[in-house]
Amino acid sequence: MSDNPLKDPYNIVITGVGGQGNVMASKLLGNMLVGRGYYVTIGETFGASQRGGSVMSHMRISGKTVWSPQIPEHKADLIIAIEPVEGIRVLARYGNPAVKLLCNSHPVYPSSVIRGEIDYPSPEEIETSVRNLASDTIFINATEKAVSLGNPILAGIVLLGTTCGTGVLPLNRKDFHETIVSRLADQQVKLNMKAFDMGFGLSKN
Amino acid sequence: MSYLTDKQNNDYLLMGNEAIARGALEAGINVASGYPGTPSSEIIETLSSVAKEHNLYVEWSINEKVALEVAAAASFAGLRAMCVMKQNGVNVASDFLLHLASSGTRGGMVLVACDDPGALSSVNEGESRPFARLVEIPLLEPGDFQEAKDITKWAFELSEEIRNIVMIRSVTRLSHASGNVRHGQLPDTLARADFRFDGPLSDPETGPVISMIVGTPDLQHGPQQEKIKKAAEIFEDCPFNTYEGPEKPELLIITSSACSLYSKEAISLLNVKDRVGILKLATTWPLPPKLIKRHLSGTDRILVVEEVLPILEENIKVLAAEMAHEIGPKTFYGKNAGNIPSVGELNPDIVVSALSSILDVHYETVSKSFAEKATALVETKAPVRGLTMCPGCPHRASLWSIHNALEMDGRKGFVCGDIGCYVAGVFPGGFNTVKTLHSMGSGSGVASGFGKLKQFGMDQPVFAVCGDSTFFHAAMPALANAIHHKSPFTLMILDNRGAAMTGFQPHPGTPINAMGEEVPSLDIAEICRAMGAKVEIRDPFDLEETQQTLHHLIEHQEGTKVLILRQACALSPERKDKPKYRMEVDEEICIGENCGCNRICTRIFGCPGLLWDKEKGVSKINDIICVGCGVCTDICPAGAIKREEVA
Repeated sequence: MSDNPLKDPYNIVITGVGGQGNVMASKLLGNMLVGRGYYVTIGETFGASQRGGSVMSHMRISGKTVWSPQIPEHKADLIIAIEPVEGIRVLARYGNPAVKLLCNSHPVYPSSVIRGEIDYPSPEEIETSVRNLASDTIFINATEKAVSLGNPILAGIVLLGTTCGTGVLPLNRKDFHETIVSRLADQQVKLNMKAFDMGFGLSKN
Repeated sequence: MSYLTDKQNNDYLLMGNEAIARGALEAGINVASGYPGTPSSEIIETLSSVAKEHNLYVEWSINEKVALEVAAAASFAGLRAMCVMKQNGVNVASDFLLHLASSGTRGGMVLVACDDPGALSSVNEGESRPFARLVEIPLLEPGDFQEAKDITKWAFELSEEIRNIVMIRSVTRLSHASGNVRHGQLPDTLARADFRFDGPLSDPETGPVISMIVGTPDLQHGPQQEKIKKAAEIFEDCPFNTYEGPEKPELLIITSSACSLYSKEAISLLNVKDRVGILKLATTWPLPPKLIKRHLSGTDRILVVEEVLPILEENIKVLAAEMAHEIGPKTFYGKNAGNIPSVGELNPDIVVSALSSILDVHYETVSKSFAEKATALVETKAPVRGLTMCPGCPHRASLWSIHNALEMDGRKGFVCGDIGCYVAGVFPGGFNTVKTLHSMGSGSGVASGFGKLKQFGMDQPVFAVCGDSTFFHAAMPALANAIHHKSPFTLMILDNRGAAMTGFQPHPGTPINAMGEEVPSLDIAEICRAMGAKVEIRDPFDLEETQQTLHHLIEHQEGTKVLILRQACALSPERKDKPKYRMEVDEEICIGENCGCNRICTRIFGCPGLLWDKEKGVSKINDIICVGCGVCTDICPAGAIKREEVA
């Protein structure tokens, strides 16, 4: 590809907890980019995803070649966090002062928090400390939007919409539509488009 | 039509496992079999999804050994066959594999083993690679997604050329990663199966297919070794062995699999491509000696980058020792020298660290102050996410009842476990009930042994757990052993209707097979009864009845008993998005810390569907993830958790 406007490779980490639509979001985003002629490499860590564990997708976008399915430490350009504490974990390991962070503000509590052994940080604490590390951060309540559409798993799609809305990637609504039409049933396409549009709109606030 | 069966040469984003499946389709595969196991399961799932359309026979077999036998039959009848498993499956299949490698194969036959360096979703960090050398068959390791497809296709041709099974080894970071793959042609397959056996024993094409006649190893073992020599010759010109770098590199990296991508990245990060070359090997056993010699001749220093055991490293060192008089002495870096760890998976940073110390190149990613702030942030603001079971998981209810029954008994009873989601029984989320954990079905065999220790004064009650798929895979022989030897313990079969942990693949107890056909489902209870065990069946969501049954089983310990705890997985198609109850906490009744229950629902039972509302000092339901199983209603001693049946 000749006119790649992105840094090469451009590195994205999508992170969350099992059941949040992490893998689906990375698959759709990857397919949108391949549709645009990019080489995309995605590394997934989802072995423990259904059992309350962290899920992480590493995405490499390049005009020339596939890359390692694991991003080197501190080399992420964009972090999409479907769960705030997972966002913190990824930011600390893969972030750098220039990273862009898009964060769902809705928490999923670890079992140690449910048991009352450890406190989960308050939204204010999370926001202040994250901004202290990464100034280019957007917080949205993607889960709330997803629940309003009837399924919290759409949070990943809401965040994809916001990502595309910010213009950080060379992708638009049409790319998303084309990708889901080829992969999902008609009924799901409508719902996913709604979630995407909701997220897209949030980027303009 | 699925993107996996597109006949055009288009570019797709494929998972490594999908690429392997596509490679098999491009090779015109006829039969595929396997047993589910992360990270291998999607290969058979993908082939299963296109089986009808492509006239394939695809099977989820009862275990890996049977899977290999099923695939071998197809090869004996002249068809192309593939067998797929995770690493520890190769251990299970290895007895037949040894004998198959000796008899040889006819139609192209490929074994795909997916290893899990770092044990990301395994309870071992075992290696399948040594099996290739152990049973003397060729080993191929794809280095990226395109190669995962292309090498799979090539492996069938190689198998037919040398008339033996060929092993492909993938790893989690290829199988469960995705990258661009350009499709090749899909052939039209009109294969016909015909097993020929009328020829002489010595004729591998027309005679009976046997591994060896007692006392005459020269008949089969000799020709087998000729096959592996032929493979080494073919490997000298294998297009998937590639070199990138200067003609005479200061340091030569020899690597394979996902490690080749980490190595390339490390060279790029350190900007040392003028100093370091990468020899990426796809044919890692047997190694092609001339190719290795050519590359060793061009450098004095070699770094071998591979995951877990130093297998490639040691095989290269053997060749280097044999060639020493021609190529001179070499300095080796790798695992034995301590540059590359032997535990855990690798990544680009580990290779960077090895390279920067060998080449004395400085590498810094972020400022010290950023790194310090980042570490502090994680330590103070990111609570660790321990493994637990899903909201509404029947295993939580089962382990809860087992835990309570054992505590009430007070004789330090325990549970022997094996591989399944119930490994969480080792942790607080599973109430620390599981005290031994090893291989598929091992809990049943270990419990059979513990049961016989009464003779030595052991009076601790013994339980074993296994899943329904595991029961068929490996627990049945252990149960037969226990019954025959009158070993007093109770096997609890946590029957959640399918191989849930790996994605609900069918097993002999389910009514549909991998082809989507209706098949007879074997009744686990009837099998156990026929074996001679006393069998009870309970719904683990009925806590009271389950615990009463457990008390009774603990009190009457003679003989081997079976308790089937039957309830579908919370993620299964029959339960997912179909809550039985609408749950609510009555804040008037829940008095929190003043109750005396010690917050049993959230602090001890710990279903993620429950939350502790700190401000109000009461429990509440997490509506977003609660699946409405209703069990917590029976946990709450105050009756504060209300359930209302969903109409």
